[in-house]
Amino acid sequence: MGFNLAFYFSLFAVIALVLVPLVGAGAGLHVIFGIVIPYLAGFTFLAGLIYRIVKWARTPVPYRIPTTCGQNKSLPWIKRSLRDKLENPENTIYAIGRMALEVLLFRSLFRNLRTELRPWREYPEGGRLIFWSTKWLWLGAIAFHYSFLTVLSRHLKFFTEPVPFFVPLLESADSFLQIYMPAVYMSGIALLAALIYLLGRRIVDPKLHYISLASDYFPLFLILGIGISGVLMRYFLKVDIVAVKELAMGLATFHPKVPEGIGVIFYIHLFLVSTLLAYFPFSKLVHMAGVFFSMTRNMASNNRAIRHVNPWEYPVKVFSYMDQEDMYRKQMKTAGIPLERDIEE
Amino acid sequence: MSEVPKPEELIKKNYSPPEKPWMETKPEFREGRFCNAANPKWLETLDYPYARSWSVTDEDWNLPENWKDIVLENMHDRLNRFRSLRLFFDICVRCGACADKCHFFIGSGDPKNMPVLRAELLRSVYRRYHTVAGKLLGKLAGARELTEDVLKEWFYYLYQCTECRRCSVFCPYGIDMAELTILGRELLSSVGINTEWIMASVGSCYKTGNHIGAPPHAFKDMIDFFCDECEEVTGVRPRPSFNRKGAEILFIAPSGDYFADPGTYTFMGYLLLFDYLDLDYTISGYASEGGNFGYFISHEMGKRLNYKIYSEAKRLGVKWILGGECGHMWRVLNQHMDTWNGPADFLEEPVSPITGTRFENAKSTRTVHICEFTADLIKGNKLKLDKNRNDHIALTYHDSCNPARAMGILEEPRYIIRNVCNNFYEMPENTIRENTFCCGSGSGLNADEFLEVRMRGGLPRANAVRYVHEKHGVNHLGCICAIDRAILPPLLEYWGIDVELTGIHEMVANALVFPGEKKKTVDLRDRTLKGVKSEEIEEEE
Repeated sequence: MGFNLAFYFSLFAVIALVLVPLVGAGAGLHVIFGIVIPYLAGFTFLAGLIYRIVKWARTPVPYRIPTTCGQNKSLPWIKRSLRDKLENPENTIYAIGRMALEVLLFRSLFRNLRTELRPWREYPEGGRLIFWSTKWLWLGAIAFHYSFLTVLSRHLKFFTEPVPFFVPLLESADSFLQIYMPAVYMSGIALLAALIYLLGRRIVDPKLHYISLASDYFPLFLILGIGISGVLMRYFLKVDIVAVKELAMGLATFHPKVPEGIGVIFYIHLFLVSTLLAYFPFSKLVHMAGVFFSMTRNMASNNRAIRHVNPWEYPVKVFSYMDQEDMYRKQMKTAGIPLERDIEE
Repeated sequence: MSEVPKPEELIKKNYSPPEKPWMETKPEFREGRFCNAANPKWLETLDYPYARSWSVTDEDWNLPENWKDIVLENMHDRLNRFRSLRLFFDICVRCGACADKCHFFIGSGDPKNMPVLRAELLRSVYRRYHTVAGKLLGKLAGARELTEDVLKEWFYYLYQCTECRRCSVFCPYGIDMAELTILGRELLSSVGINTEWIMASVGSCYKTGNHIGAPPHAFKDMIDFFCDECEEVTGVRPRPSFNRKGAEILFIAPSGDYFADPGTYTFMGYLLLFDYLDLDYTISGYASEGGNFGYFISHEMGKRLNYKIYSEAKRLGVKWILGGECGHMWRVLNQHMDTWNGPADFLEEPVSPITGTRFENAKSTRTVHICEFTADLIKGNKLKLDKNRNDHIALTYHDSCNPARAMGILEEPRYIIRNVCNNFYEMPENTIRENTFCCGSGSGLNADEFLEVRMRGGLPRANAVRYVHEKHGVNHLGCICAIDRAILPPLLEYWGIDVELTGIHEMVANALVFPGEKKKTVDLRDRTLKGVKSEEIEEEE
C-alpha cells in the first residue's frame, strides 16, 4: 500500500483542474469554457493524434518480427487449430483476425498468469513456482474500455439531430435495471468501478506502485473526475438538459452559442473532458492508436515464404570465403578440404 | 567460475520492491552478476568503436569524451529507423502484465528485471530528450538525464535480458523487450561497452567461421572424430563432405553441437541420419556457425556474421540450406536472414530429395529446419525406427524461446519425439510452447562469470523440470537449442535435479534402424539400452 509523489501530484492536478472552471465559469466566462476551450482541445486532440500516427507511420519497420504464440504453418499435415492460425498468422487475413482479438477482446491480457513462489519443503531450494491464471486485470480493462465506449456513445444524443437509432437502444439496454430515477446507467457504474479497481491496484500492489508514474495516475483521476461530474450532473445536481444539447449541437455544427443557465457542474465536466482530449495524444493514452501499429502483432509470420524488405538496409563489411581461404590455405589443403585457389608450388 | 550462493540462499527472495524510488537506486556490480568487459582486440578485429581496456567494477569506464552525444545521437538515429523503438517507448501503459513473466524477475526479485521497468530505464531517457513533458517536468514525467550511472544501469539490466520474448506474449500491445534490449545494446556498443563473452565469440566467428574459433581444418577434425565415435557405437561410419561444390544441400549447425557434450551427440545424430538417407549434402568450414552472437550486440553485426551462410551456399552452388537444432539461429534464419542478406534467388525452392515434399513455407529463404525435414521423413515412412531403443529415456521437451516465440515450431519436434520415444511427458502448460521459460543464459549471457544471475534466471525452467522429474520420473530434457544443451546441465545440477539434456536428433539416431546393422546394445552415449543383458555386451566385445 502506498501513495507516492506521483499519486499526490496527479490528484492535486485534477483537483486544480476542477477549480479552474468552478471559478472561471462561476464568474461567467461561459464562452471561454463552453466554446473556446472545447474547440482548442478538440483541435489539439485531432492534430496531436494525427501527428503521432504520421510519426509512427513514417518510421520504417525494418524487420518482420511477429511474436508467435502458436504453431506456424509448415508441413501441410501438421495440425493447426484456429487458435494457432490466429496467434501465428500466416497471412494478412489471420493477422487482421489477431489484431481484432487483441483490440476488441484484449487477447494477450486474457493470457495473464500470476506467478507465485510457494514454499515446498521436499525441494532443496525450498520453493515451487505456481502459475495461476488470473483474469482480474483483463476484466478491469475490458470493463473500463467498454463502459467508457458505451458512455461515449450515449453522449451522441447531445451532438446529433436526429439521434441515430442505436443510441436510444443503447440507453434502454444500459438502464434496463430501472433503478432510481432517472434510471441508472450500468455503464456509468461499471466505469467508476473499473477506474477504482485500476487505481486501487496501483496503490495496493507494491510492484505496480513502484513502476507507476504521474502519467499513470493522472489519466485515472482525470477520467474519474469526468465520471463523477457526469454522475453528479445526471442524478443529483441537475442541469438544463435542453440548454446542454443546444450548446453541444452548436459545437458540433460549428455554430457555437452559449445558452444561459447551465450549471457550473456542466462546465467542470466539459473542462475535464477538454483536458483529456488535449492530453490524450501526448500521453500513454495513445496506445489506442498505437496498438494498431504493433509489429509483433500486426504482421503475418510468413518470413520464410515472403521476403520482407528493409528500406534502409545497407551493405556491411564482411569477411569473405576467400579471406578465410587466404588465411588457412595450407592447413585446409593438408586436411583435404577443397580450395578455390590451390597453393602455387 | 564465480562463487554462487547455495540454492536455499538464492531462493530466499523478496518480491517487494525497495522503499527508494527506482531512479534513485544504483545497481551493485558484484561478482557473478555481470559479464566481463570485452578485450579491445576483439573490437579492433571487428572495427568496433572505442576499443579500450576497462573493467566493469571500475568507477571510471573510460568512456570517450563526448559519450553522451554519441549515445543520444544513436538513439535518435534508431528512433527514425525502427518503428518498434518509437512505438514501444510511446505506448506502454505500465499495466504490469509483464512484470512476473520474466524469468530474471522471478529468480531475482529485482524490480528492474520486470520488463516494464527494464524498458523504463531506456524510456526515461527517451522522455527527457524527445518529449515535451519530459523536457519540462523531468522526474515527475518519468524522465531523467542520461548520466554515466544511467549508462551503467543499462549495461547491468540489458545484459540481464535473454531476449526470450516471453513478456511480449503477455503484453496487451505486444511490446517486445527483446527489441529494446537489442537496440539498447547497440547504444552501449556505440561507446565501446561490450562483453567479452559475446565479443570473443563474434570476433572468433568473424575470422575463423564459428564462435569457438575452430578454423576449417580443425572443424573438419572435430567432425571426423564424431564419425569415429558413430562407427564405434553403431558400426556405421558417416561420410560427410566439406566445402563440396555441387552438393544438393548445405547443412548448417550451431557450433555448440560440435563443441561439447551433450550437443556433440546431437551432431552425431545429424550425421547418422544423413548417412542413413544417403543425403547429397555438404558442410562448410566457412559457414560453420549456425548461431549468431553478432545478433546479441547489434543488427549490423548479426548481418555481418549471417552473410556467410548465403554467400557460402552461393559459392558451393547448392540448391537449398538445411539448418540444425538451434534457438537464436532460427530467430535469425526465420526473421532476419532474408531481409539482411537475401534474396536467395541463386538457390532453389527446397524439396526433400527423399520424400519429394516441397517446403512451401520456406520458398523464399530456401532454408529448412531439420525438425521439419525429419518430421516429413517420418510421416513419409522413410525411416525405420525402433522406439524401444530410447526406453531408457523418459523425456520431457523444452520449447526453446526463439523457435517457440519467433517462429512457432512446436509440433514438429513433438511429432518426432512421439515417433522415437515411448516415454514422453509434457511440463506444466504454463511453462511450455509460447509460455516456455528461457534457460536463463540466452542472448550471449552464458558466460562463466555470470553464473549467479544465470542460476536465478533458470529457476522457473528448472522448477518445471523438477515437477515432471518427480511426477513421471523424467530423466532427460529434450530441446532444439544448442545453448540449452550447453547450459541446462549446470543449471539442473545446481538446483539438484538429476536430468540430462538431449537433442531431438540424438533421439532419432538412437532409434534409427540401419539396414544390416550390428545388434544394438548401447545408445550414442555408449549407455546400455534397456532390456540388453550384460552378457550380450560382453559377447559383443
